[in-house]
Amino acid sequence: MLRFFLFINKQGQTRFSRYYNVQLQPEERVLMEADISRKCLKRGDSQCSIFEFREYKLAFRRYASLFFVIGFDEEENHLAILELVHAYVEILNAYFDNVCELDIMFNIEKVHVILEEMVLNGRIVETNKNNVLAPVLEMDKTSK
Amino acid sequence: MPYYRLKDLIKAIRACKTAADERAVIQKESAAIRTSFKEENNDARHSNVAKLLYIHMLGYPAHFGQIECLKLVASNRFADKRLGYLGIMLLLDENQEVLTLVTNSLKNDMNHSNMYIVGLALCTLGNISSPEMARDLCAEVEKLLGSSNVYIRKKAALCAMRIIRKVPELQENFLSKAKSLLSDRNHGVLLTATTLITEMCHRNPDTLVTFRKAVPLLVRHLKSLVSAGFSPEHDVTGVTDPFLQVKILRLMRILGKGDAEASEAMNDILAQVATNTESSKNVGNSILYETVLTIMEIQSESGLRVLAINILGKFLTNRDNNIRYVALTTLNKTVSIDTNAVQRHRNIILDCLRDGDISIRRRALELSFALINETNVRVLTRELLAFLEVADNEFKQGMTTKICLAADRFAPNKRWHIDTVLRVLKLAGNYVREEILSNFIRLIAQTKDLNAYTVQKLYAALKADISQESLTLASVWVIGEYGDILIKGGSFEEEELVKEVTEPDVVDLFESILAGPYANQVTREYVLTALMKLTSRFTSTPVIQRIQAILERYNTSIEVEIQQRAIEYTNLFKFDNIRPAVLERIPIPESKEETSRPTDDFSSGGGGGGSLLDLDGDSIATDVKKVNASENSQNTVDILATIFGSGPSDTTDNLTPSRSNPKDDIMSLFNTGPTTTTSPNLIENTPSANPLDDLITTSLPSTNENLLGLSSIKQIAPSQNTQTVNPLDSLMDLGSTKLSTAISPPTETNAPAYNKNGFKIGLSPFKDQNNPNILNINVTFHNVGVGSDVQNLLFQAAVPKTQRLQMQPPSSTTIAPGAIVTQTIRVANPQRVNVRLKLRIVYDTSAGGKVDDIAEFSGFPQDFW
Repeated sequence: MLRFFLFINKQGQTRFSRYYNVQLQPEERVLMEADISRKCLKRGDSQCSIFEFREYKLAFRRYASLFFVIGFDEEENHLAILELVHAYVEILNAYFDNVCELDIMFNIEKVHVILEEMVLNGRIVETNKNNVLAPVLEMDKTSK
Repeated sequence: MPYYRLKDLIKAIRACKTAADERAVIQKESAAIRTSFKEENNDARHSNVAKLLYIHMLGYPAHFGQIECLKLVASNRFADKRLGYLGIMLLLDENQEVLTLVTNSLKNDMNHSNMYIVGLALCTLGNISSPEMARDLCAEVEKLLGSSNVYIRKKAALCAMRIIRKVPELQENFLSKAKSLLSDRNHGVLLTATTLITEMCHRNPDTLVTFRKAVPLLVRHLKSLVSAGFSPEHDVTGVTDPFLQVKILRLMRILGKGDAEASEAMNDILAQVATNTESSKNVGNSILYETVLTIMEIQSESGLRVLAINILGKFLTNRDNNIRYVALTTLNKTVSIDTNAVQRHRNIILDCLRDGDISIRRRALELSFALINETNVRVLTRELLAFLEVADNEFKQGMTTKICLAADRFAPNKRWHIDTVLRVLKLAGNYVREEILSNFIRLIAQTKDLNAYTVQKLYAALKADISQESLTLASVWVIGEYGDILIKGGSFEEEELVKEVTEPDVVDLFESILAGPYANQVTREYVLTALMKLTSRFTSTPVIQRIQAILERYNTSIEVEIQQRAIEYTNLFKFDNIRPAVLERIPIPESKEETSRPTDDFSSGGGGGGSLLDLDGDSIATDVKKVNASENSQNTVDILATIFGSGPSDTTDNLTPSRSNPKDDIMSLFNTGPTTTTSPNLIENTPSANPLDDLITTSLPSTNENLLGLSSIKQIAPSQNTQTVNPLDSLMDLGSTKLSTAISPPTETNAPAYNKNGFKIGLSPFKDQNNPNILNINVTFHNVGVGSDVQNLLFQAAVPKTQRLQMQPPSSTTIAPGAIVTQTIRVANPQRVNVRLKLRIVYDTSAGGKVDDIAEFSGFPQDFW
């Protein structure tokens, strides 16, 4: 199951984070995020983007200036997780129209909502772009 | 004034140049938000909570907003509800009591008409419910599972999963619903249903049986996914819904594991997926990866397994690092199951050793070690040694151990083995573990014919580099032992040049080590001992005097161990007549397996390259390697100590427990339990008056060693803790051919034990005078009709577990025709049961025949006891 989603930028700042069933104090969380960002930043482009970190495995992809990191444990298929990252980014792209880091920064709740549509308690619910976006757009309409 | 909108706050934080600035801004804002909450400002609540969530994400405390989130949830506005639930999910976890306050809202919302609100509630429940909440709301979730709305169904399925994890007893409620979900058309529902069922099967193996019936259904789904035409809805770069495929494959893995019937049903579809999926993109690869994992775990047919390993092989050649990483990890898991198939990809794996990425290198290394076997050991070790040169330090220790172990197990010949370990020492001497070192030394000692070669090579290596500690230790020890061979050999190859080595050269080298910066106490100890040994190996007097001078220098060393050695050695110079004997070669340590056969070393009896103390060497068969390590460095000292009658030394405590081992192996031949310590009465502890006379003058026939190995040699008397065993005691015992005075002359009849091929053995028992529990048996070997001399007689005996055995040497091992040879054995029988013996007789006839026979004897009269 998935443990956390983390978007980190090149300076190591956390732009978005979501944890599932992880018991960590805020200070520990910050330290861990810093650790992860250091490790990801060190990796060159030609190197592996899957590695082990403490008791989790991490898979990450870099899109422009953001690193999208997903932490998961044993059962999941590493390559499928990479696909999930890509699917998520594509959905964000469709929602925000050419998403960039600022979009994510200033619209955090929306990002949360989209993620909630896709992943529940660490398990994948839906990966289809239309199926995810339809309720989100609907909810946007009602909340206006 | 607080920032009104989240955007402004974010902008402000971005504008901060330093961390302190940021902290200040956030603290100010926190305080403002707190005041605002206290004022119960409904309109601002939304934006306040949003800001609070952002602050929380950055890592600052935000717990004071929890109640506010609850209030938001209670509101009627959708946006408020959404934010409230999000806040709850982020700020709370299941351990907080505040969570229970949400239960009521959740219940109401789950019955709401608006499906999105229901979705929100399910989402929240699914993410952070506690066991109590799960129990309370279980009924609602069940109802929603059967809802007609797809959106709700799929969320309810995952919510159910959380409930099951928190409260396993509720699993039965969801069982039937889950089954029906599997036939759903919607991919989202299918996805979540598969996840739910996977979880159920994990938790409760009983459900496995129920769901195995669903395997055909799953197969059908997968088939339609794989072979369906282009379906734009779920397509990801040409592959239809890869996530669902992966999930179904995983469920099939769990269902097929251990069950032949289910696995059988899956074989076809697995083969189809494996062959049809396009592997040019990551998507296809992820499906293939999952398929390989599944094939490995279920009971698939061998063709399928080969297919799987081939896929992994193809992965290995892929340029993408991720895929190679994944392939190596999987191969690591499967190599133990199916080594041959993996061997084919050996070359690629070796290439991966040189990859730029450290994760790949590490995994390739593990895999290479798992692949070593007799045929490829040379090639692989060569590669691994090349890698050792450039490896990071953290790898080195593991690598040296593993390389040496592999060399140990699969060495094609001794010379190669020695060469390999030598190279390891040269490359990474500082990272070599003690046991490897002692194994190496043992190996060298055992290969006598290569001694010259070894000592030359080690000398060359040491001359080139004295910085590697293990190399120094090994070389110093070997040069000390075989220094005469080194000098006699005369020359050695140093970088293709053959150079002469003379005695002063060797002493120079040792002096440079002593003086060098790399020597620590252990090294110095070794060097001193080696120098001492050299005094008896070398012949030139000035060199010996030089050595004496060096030793005297350390007479006043601060390190106690060094000082003790130096003084003792210096004193030894006064006993010139026995010095050579004292410094004889160390007995060859036994390797673990070699306990049941006499090795060639024994035939040389006393003196020279074999060893006087070989007898001890035989019985000190150790499978305790640490003993060897201490043996090597302290053996001479200990023997010295014991020879001078200084009494028990501490290390013998280490040595003795292992002595039962050689007997264990031999006893296994006879299928009886091992005989252990003899009773106290049998031990003679006082060495005879002139111990060294016995040492030097006795030359025992070779076969006695086997008897030693067999019979229970003096062990520590169980009741007498203070007496430790003197390794030379056994020697003394054998050296003196006088029998124990407690034995009374034979009075009983000679019971025939064995009569074959003209060779007769008779056993005559008689009780011991001093101890009624001990039975002395006189064994007579009679060459009645063999027709020729009986030579190299070897007689071994074993007794049941409850008894103990000790054997004296026979009067001779050669029996001329018609002659008789006797031998005495003693059996301790504390339980006074009938004495049973298993006998093994081995002898050669001078006509060239060899006899090796086993017999049983229990023919002692019943009323004996």
